[in-house]
Amino acid sequence: MNLEFENELAEIEARIAELSKLDSKEYPQLNKDLGSLRRKMKSLTKKIYDNLSPWDTVRIARHPDRPLFKDYIDGMCSEFIELHGDRRAGDDKALIGGFATIDKHRVMLIGMVKGRNVDEKVYHNFGMPNPEGYRKALRLMKLAEKYGLPIVCLVDTPAAYPGKEAEERGQAEAIARNLTEMANLEVPIVVVVTGEGGSGGALGIAVGDTILMLRYAVYSVIPPEGCAAILWRDAEMAPQAADALKITAESLLELGIIDDIIDEPPGGAHRDPETTIARTKDAIIAALQRLKRQSSNRLRDGRYNKFARMGRVKQTRS
Amino acid sequence: MGWFNRSAGKKQQNEIPEGLFAVCPRCKAHIYKDEYESAFKVCPKCNHHERLTAAERISLIIDDGTFREFNAGIKPNDPLEFRDAKGTYRQKADDAIAKTGLNEAVVTGSGDIHGIRATFAIMDFRFLGGSLASATGEKILLAAEHALRMKRALLIFSASGGARMHEGIVSLMQMAKTCAGIARLDRAGLPYISIMTDPTYGGVSASYATVGDINLAEPGALIGFAGRRVIEQTIKEKLPDDFQTAEYLLEHGFLDAIVNRSELKQYLHRILQYSLGKKV
Repeated sequence: MNLEFENELAEIEARIAELSKLDSKEYPQLNKDLGSLRRKMKSLTKKIYDNLSPWDTVRIARHPDRPLFKDYIDGMCSEFIELHGDRRAGDDKALIGGFATIDKHRVMLIGMVKGRNVDEKVYHNFGMPNPEGYRKALRLMKLAEKYGLPIVCLVDTPAAYPGKEAEERGQAEAIARNLTEMANLEVPIVVVVTGEGGSGGALGIAVGDTILMLRYAVYSVIPPEGCAAILWRDAEMAPQAADALKITAESLLELGIIDDIIDEPPGGAHRDPETTIARTKDAIIAALQRLKRQSSNRLRDGRYNKFARMGRVKQTRS
Repeated sequence: MGWFNRSAGKKQQNEIPEGLFAVCPRCKAHIYKDEYESAFKVCPKCNHHERLTAAERISLIIDDGTFREFNAGIKPNDPLEFRDAKGTYRQKADDAIAKTGLNEAVVTGSGDIHGIRATFAIMDFRFLGGSLASATGEKILLAAEHALRMKRALLIFSASGGARMHEGIVSLMQMAKTCAGIARLDRAGLPYISIMTDPTYGGVSASYATVGDINLAEPGALIGFAGRRVIEQTIKEKLPDDFQTAEYLLEHGFLDAIVNRSELKQYLHRILQYSLGKKV
């Protein structure tokens, strides 16, 4: 699938594919033509991706071919042992976690699963966790603390699930509990927003010592469509809302919310998942190496100060 | 007069002198205004608890003359330089300041409950729907730090539609920031009592409001994560009438008690006596 601002790219891609099938012995000009098409492709990709609007970025963050949590598990970990259940009510399918080995680091890896085809999407509730998901995540984080393992959280969710049973079982309390308990954890927490950072549903596993974001991921207090419906009284104004809400990695870095951006390959993660996952892995390893040197007290105080600084407002005398 | 006009909604009957009676927004009973005011806006007929301003809440709960406000000068920040179809956030915030006489959606300070000194954060729904944003979060964090320093209990009265969209991601982060303050109190063994009033939603219910050592609510208060309309649109079914009421939350295990406004101060005093065992 290609987004409409990528149409031109898709056309060139198709032509390259066509020409690649031909025999260069028969057509002496072929390699030269292919080379020039590839150069054109490269410069056009750069041109398009250098000029993305925040709304374009939202579309890329939600792209169906974008690497998902399971792709990261497969691509980053030499081992992953999934651990199920919140020991209270159930086993959430949208938010999963377990022991993982990334390079030489043993960690607790937690993330949202969206699913790729329709069946998978339904099974994983489109990556929208219920309270059981947040409670399972907290159980696993506490276990990580007990075993002295760092925690790595990959965030990709449209939202915490707004359902009747989710409310009955305390969706708000489940998220709030995580925010409170994560502030107290004595092991390093690395967070990477890989796709959609959907409000409280994302934040519920995103109180980190190091918070990273992929170049074309988004992180927002409300989906642009929802904000547009309320403040513009028209969901069609989502592009304007996306602009006003400042939800791109670049904006969040400027606002001091995230620590660094993980660059995506030209044309976005969906054009080259392998490189994206490798870069994410490298960034996680670098963060782990930095954080592992810190004492538990320093980690906790540092995390406190990090969030206390966000939106610090000074008293004004009037 | 503001609340009176709002809750009445329409013109009074001609024979009743303007301003003498209040109309209960729920059962529509006419209540002698002085009676209504002295009952702190609780309807004597149906026990509806109308929303209180922060100032009214202070006079209900805190011993006369003991409240000392702090950080009153902290005002909304505009980190995104936000503007929507209707104009700038800066203007909207200035209007809210002018309308309410408050600088933010929360008033913080110290005061006594029957002689027990505590730290308070009291939200006021009139100020941009009690929304949580950078200055709101900052004041709440500073209140938590104050309680920690003074080794006192923290009491937060919530009234909020959720995070303030106009400060975007910075508002969202106030959820983690305020909870970090609560976490420190928890580690220090200091009590934190949360009182949820109508309404307590979204970014406030999903942060400090629901993680009290003791979670209390006023009768009939609406408390939830997602709004009723969003849920109905998602699940495509009609929700029961009592959905997300305090009574519903009590039944599902998320509240310690629902306390009538007339008994709230006494109730808090009793709770505080148990909670400060280690510290006094």
